Amino acid sequence: MQNIFTKKRVKSVVIKILFLIFLIFLWWLVFKLEIWTPWLFPDPVTVGKTMMKGFSNGTIWMGIMISMKRIFIGFGFSLLFGGLLGFLLAKIKILDETVGFLVLGLQTLPSICWLPLALLWFGLNEQAIIFVVIMGCILSITISVESAVKSIPPIFIRAGKMLGAEGFSLYRYVIFPAILPSLITGIKQGWSFAWRSLMSGEMLFITVGLGQLLMMGRELNDMSQVMAIMLVIIIIGIIFDKLVFGVWENNLRRKWGLVKS
Amino acid sequence: MRLRIRNIRKNFKTKNGSVCALDNINLDIQPGEFVCLVGPSGCGKSTLLNIMAGLEKQDSGRIKVDGKIGLMFQEPALFPWLKVKDNVGFGLKIKKLEKQKQEKFIDAHLKMVHLQNFAESYPHELSGGMKQRVALARTLILNPDILLMDEPFAALDAQTREILYKELQNIWQLTKKTVVFVTHNVREAVCLGDRVVVFSARPGRIKKIFDVDLSRPRDLGNLELIKMSNKIMDVLKSEIKEL
Ligand SMILES: Nc1ncnc2c1ncn2[C@@H]1O[C@H](COP(=O)(O)OP(=O)(O)O)[C@@H](O)[C@H]1O
Ligand SMILES: [Mg+2]
Repeated sequence: MQNIFTKKRVKSVVIKILFLIFLIFLWWLVFKLEIWTPWLFPDPVTVGKTMMKGFSNGTIWMGIMISMKRIFIGFGFSLLFGGLLGFLLAKIKILDETVGFLVLGLQTLPSICWLPLALLWFGLNEQAIIFVVIMGCILSITISVESAVKSIPPIFIRAGKMLGAEGFSLYRYVIFPAILPSLITGIKQGWSFAWRSLMSGEMLFITVGLGQLLMMGRELNDMSQVMAIMLVIIIIGIIFDKLVFGVWENNLRRKWGLVKS
Repeated sequence: MRLRIRNIRKNFKTKNGSVCALDNINLDIQPGEFVCLVGPSGCGKSTLLNIMAGLEKQDSGRIKVDGKIGLMFQEPALFPWLKVKDNVGFGLKIKKLEKQKQEKFIDAHLKMVHLQNFAESYPHELSGGMKQRVALARTLILNPDILLMDEPFAALDAQTREILYKELQNIWQLTKKTVVFVTHNVREAVCLGDRVVVFSARPGRIKKIFDVDLSRPRDLGNLELIKMSNKIMDVLKSEIKEL
């Protein structure tokens, strides 16, 4: 088992933190030059304070909780059904030629374009926004699962069969682990699509959530709130993309020997 | 009789018509025998092995297999997501053998292929020869009566191959398995086999069968072995020329 706190990694994290401090300093410097008025370009301290306030009075926590709930429902649903569909498309040729074609076509539609339809179908409610999240990521998950299943090296299947795996155990012990690396890449991409769809949905849609907090900042002409919420959205994005999925993906790729550690 | 092969024929349909891979193959293999198949590339050796293993269906002819079959491919085909010990124990896990028994068997088989120190490694950390030894252990752990090996050492360097010939001979003498071993290396075939079956070029037919009556363990540098190889090589060369 490799130690995750190797010298190289610590160094790379330190460099990133120093760079971040430098960026904040640069931001502060631009603020000091007074190119823009402070209400259009607040300084880091004001934005930090707004963020603190938002956290301490619970509005940001509330927004995060609600947005997270939506993304977990929408993304979870997509993972389950999109994954299943992708799997079937890979296995059943006629389905691939018909439904697969449809999936590819619909995938070109930016997910926010589903919002008007969702509003008419479901009304101004939770279902509409979750529908947009689902439409934002389900097709990309379907496509990535399909291509993962189609590209399993046949030798793994033959080896598995030769060693007695068949039916369910072939899926459980050979096919699933064999597609996992490409599956994770697909899941990661699907999550980021879902996240983008959710944010755009929430901004257009008047209900609590991070996107709505962002829009509220605009309506109140409160640039520090806009920036604070943007930062929160970026941080959540990084946590999922780099830490949750990124670490999972890297560990797996290292185990397989697909990257040099 | 371990294996009785009668009038096996196999055609493959391709874009430009059909390819006759095997044309009327007849072969009997005794229990405990080590049979090597040699022949020009594309003459249907792998196809025959796949038919024996049940991975492929013959077009006509009969095949009678007495016992369990284990097949080893040219590539090690190890599962990269499993540690060496879990690769070796894969078949036992599928059979849902008790954990303790699994471990006992895994230990014994890792020792047999001299990899007990690599139990916790992942396949990508092993050399080519080590991977093939894991593949061998993974096949043998299911205790097959017949071991089919499809050019298992073809991708390895000469020294590694020579070490593996020795190990394979030892294991074979120890376990008394019936082995069918495909190779395109005639010296390898003579070194390992009780009999060497020479295939003709497409369509694959059995051209000639040689009995190898040399004492074991055999050494690649042995003069008798080289003479015998040259004799077989001549038969094979005439085949390759016809291509
Ligand atoms: N799945 C397949 N589809 C079409 N042709 C095949 C297939 N498998 C093998 N062949 C053809 O059958 C012949 C014998 O192949 P193979 O058994 O792999 O030969 P060998 O192992 O002796 O090199 C070759 O000409 C090959 O192209
Ligand atoms: Mg072959």
